[in-house]
Amino acid sequence: MIELFLKSIFSDNLALAYFLGMCTFLAVSRHFETAFGLGLAMIVVETITVPINNLIFNWVLADGALLWMGIKDVDLSFLTLIASIGVIAATVQILEMVLDRFFPKLYQALGIFLPLITVNCAILGASLFMVERRYDFSESVVYGFGSGLGWALAIWALAALRERIDENLVPKGLRGLGLAFILTGMMSMGFAVFGDLGFG
Amino acid sequence: MAFDNKPLLEPIISANPVILHVLGICSALAVTTSLSTALVMSVALIFVLSFSNTLISLIRRHIPKTIRLIVQITIIASLVIVVDQILQAYLFEMSKRLSVFVGLIVSNCIVLGRAEAFAMKNPPLPSLLDGIGNGLGYAWILLLIGALRELLAAGTLMGHVILPLSENGGWFTPLKMMALPPSAFFLLGLLVWVVRTLKPEHAETLLETENSKGEGGEP
Repeated sequence: MIELFLKSIFSDNLALAYFLGMCTFLAVSRHFETAFGLGLAMIVVETITVPINNLIFNWVLADGALLWMGIKDVDLSFLTLIASIGVIAATVQILEMVLDRFFPKLYQALGIFLPLITVNCAILGASLFMVERRYDFSESVVYGFGSGLGWALAIWALAALRERIDENLVPKGLRGLGLAFILTGMMSMGFAVFGDLGFG
Repeated sequence: MAFDNKPLLEPIISANPVILHVLGICSALAVTTSLSTALVMSVALIFVLSFSNTLISLIRRHIPKTIRLIVQITIIASLVIVVDQILQAYLFEMSKRLSVFVGLIVSNCIVLGRAEAFAMKNPPLPSLLDGIGNGLGYAWILLLIGALRELLAAGTLMGHVILPLSENGGWFTPLKMMALPPSAFFLLGLLVWVVRTLKPEHAETLLETENSKGEGGEP
């Protein structure tokens, strides 16, 4: 379990090893403040949606999963995609409403990032990986939290780096996006090394 | 009506979705370990993008504004499921290698971005062309990076030997790093550099960094 947790943060990092959520990753990493909020929102949504999708997959969609209702031989797994994205969109909406009603401070901090997260492929990707690798429920909680945390760490680090480096003299064509890619590449190498050190 | 090829040609270079608008990067990097996966992914994306653009454009007057995102995502997701099932039926090996990335076309920002930015405002034919154009703009970058990475990591293209490896009696020592994720970032970063040097009007200025806080608003 600990191995899975560390692995999902470092060597299997969603952003750096699987390139998920790259669009947002690059667009929002210019300022540390915004990146911080997005990272937090990402951890929260990831920890909620992956386990929910796990329950839905195991009890409704998987091959023969409807046995508890007395229905045999039904394989709805081709619906996984549409169900996952539905769950994610719904969760984000509900979360937005709950935060707005009960935690207005938090809502102000995270509010603008929540809609962005619906189209973030890291969220959908984590759910799809969970299905592909057949995690059970407790594993999916750990995986959801770990992968969210890993993504957040990556964007915080990149944002902090970019804030410094954008001020410096770099070749014109490389400024901004080009440099962000190369920085991400170096971070990706760094994170991958954790895998070799035995952290998962 | 004069045939307008602007929506088809513009996105290929001068308004390229990957390099200039930073859309759809996730899959662009993940499937480029070899040329064949890049090729299949490109074809899948062109298919989904052109059909989703056409369909959404056909019904654009009937979609209520408040639920348009849900409608768009449902249409896109259905198309992606079709692609996924076809791949699983006829190219099972390939669909295993592409793993979750076919499914992730749903949340590929190019598809939703074009639906929102172009198909909702234009008639079906230009939307179709726009879809194909953006798909091609995405495809050539994928193919270029895929070809480079496969060539440098294994000395092959589509599985055919191009550079004979030293371990098989040839002269080429493969760069193992090219098969790993970081190399994709480096290659794309360098590609952006090249394009922006050739087309200086796309280079970012320091001023732009200041007002970029709201930039993430585009899906």
